[in-house]
Amino acid sequence: MGLGNFKKSEGGRAAMLLAPPFLYALALLALPLLAVVLFSFWTQDFMTIDTGFTLANYREFFDKPIYTVLLGRSLMVSGIVTAVTVVLAYPVAYFVSFHVAPSRKSLWLFLITIPFWTSYLIRVFLWKVILGYNGVVNSGLIGAGIIGEPLSFILYNVNAVIITLAHAFAPFAILPIFVALEKIDRSLIEASRDLGETRFTTFLRVTLPLSMPGLVAAVLIVFIPTIGDYVTPELMGGAGGKLIANMIQTQFLQLNNAPMGAAIAIVAMLSVTAIALTFVALNRRWLRGRG
Amino acid sequence: MRGAPLRVYAILYLIFLYAPIALLPLFAFNDATIIAFPLAGFTTHWFTDLAANAALRGAVGNSLFIAAMTAIFSTLLGMCAARAGAMARFPGKSGILGFVMLPLVLPEIIVAVSLLIVLRQVLGLNLNNWTVISAHVLICTPFSIAILNGAFQNLDPSIEEAAMDLGESRFSAFRLVTLPLVMPGIVSSMLIAFTISLDEFIIAFFLTGANPTMPVYIWGLLRFPAQLPVVMALGTLLVALSVTLLVIAELFRRRGLARAGIKDQGGFL
Repeated sequence: MGLGNFKKSEGGRAAMLLAPPFLYALALLALPLLAVVLFSFWTQDFMTIDTGFTLANYREFFDKPIYTVLLGRSLMVSGIVTAVTVVLAYPVAYFVSFHVAPSRKSLWLFLITIPFWTSYLIRVFLWKVILGYNGVVNSGLIGAGIIGEPLSFILYNVNAVIITLAHAFAPFAILPIFVALEKIDRSLIEASRDLGETRFTTFLRVTLPLSMPGLVAAVLIVFIPTIGDYVTPELMGGAGGKLIANMIQTQFLQLNNAPMGAAIAIVAMLSVTAIALTFVALNRRWLRGRG
Repeated sequence: MRGAPLRVYAILYLIFLYAPIALLPLFAFNDATIIAFPLAGFTTHWFTDLAANAALRGAVGNSLFIAAMTAIFSTLLGMCAARAGAMARFPGKSGILGFVMLPLVLPEIIVAVSLLIVLRQVLGLNLNNWTVISAHVLICTPFSIAILNGAFQNLDPSIEEAAMDLGESRFSAFRLVTLPLVMPGIVSSMLIAFTISLDEFIIAFFLTGANPTMPVYIWGLLRFPAQLPVVMALGTLLVALSVTLLVIAELFRRRGLARAGIKDQGGFL
């Protein structure tokens, strides 16, 4: 079969249709990522870029404690945010999948996703209003006579960053878990009950293992993007709550040191990818299709 | 009733999700410069301040232009990918589709810095609205594909074949038969892309030129305590606008599913 025939075949037409989005992603994603890798091996010489190949940026990353501390903190915050988000989201996904009438499921999902689409910056800022010194939580607790002094451990530190991110990424966690739960054949659950399992052991031995693909997807879809957020740590983190994304942003936009910023971005990306792959590998036995 | 504790939990969870947004109108109409409790009194003058702010109007105009262009281009690319996805397989197809969907799981700051390096350092271009649009199209296309997949994958290919058997060309068969059937998906995809672009900050902050987008302008305002009530007023309007657009998008998505004759699986993703 010649090229002319392939072009006329349905597969060939599909390939031609897929070309524009593919070329766009190639030009604006793959090539730029390649440029980041390249830049990370170069150095900034005041106003000009020295294109001599060097590992100096990576050496600086691992020599100066600031970078590794920020990366460690970032990974810890993302890990905690992921755990909190997924654990809090699972019961909601379970409720919508198993206890909501089919005709009302999309309404519930719609209500869950709406806050995710509305003004991210302002939502983050509003957490300052909620957690702040005169905020909703403090004035509420003081009004109720539970505390005498405003709590100070909930703003301008890592805790505040975690609360805000967990809120922002909630819908991301619910949707994949919901999709996995929807796919479970309900007769398996009935069978388990008929064979004498209680409702709780049925959940542990049938529903939970079958929903693992959704759970793994939820973990990845929350963990990976949280590393790249510099808005929440900037607004909520105070001096001790800055994360690695703030450092990348500072290198690029304030210090005008693109090569160093590129090296930090690469190390952060590689760490995230390594953790994500390890996590998937650990859960491999749940992800295999089993007919 | 079985599942009652779960229902209570789910409702509490929804309250947690909506708590910050619920505060917006409270402070937008509150007659005090400080954003804190107790509330002072009712006023609408933050909204009149908002209307009088020329810099803000410029930023809103930029953002609307960027969002409209992003909606058009990401939906066009999404249509190509979704239609190809519904057609015959060819070697490497699923790999290519996966690659096009990649921006969905990539940290946004990585997209931002990689484009900044290429545009500024490699190509030496000046940043403007189009640099923001090019990045927004990249991150919105996966969402468009996800929405349009629903519209294209459930289409019966024999309808288009019938039109071609009856003498229409391939293009006019697509225009006259397929396009009307997937139109609700197209509208829904455009509205979602528009909403994402309008709200996107992390990438826009890196790639915006001399004229800031609305989120970049808001970011600047957050540093000035006196401007905060105006931000609250703006936020109230934005939330109202986003919710309206999303409701319309959802209605179109459902109509599209009904037209394709399939059961609603719910949700945008």
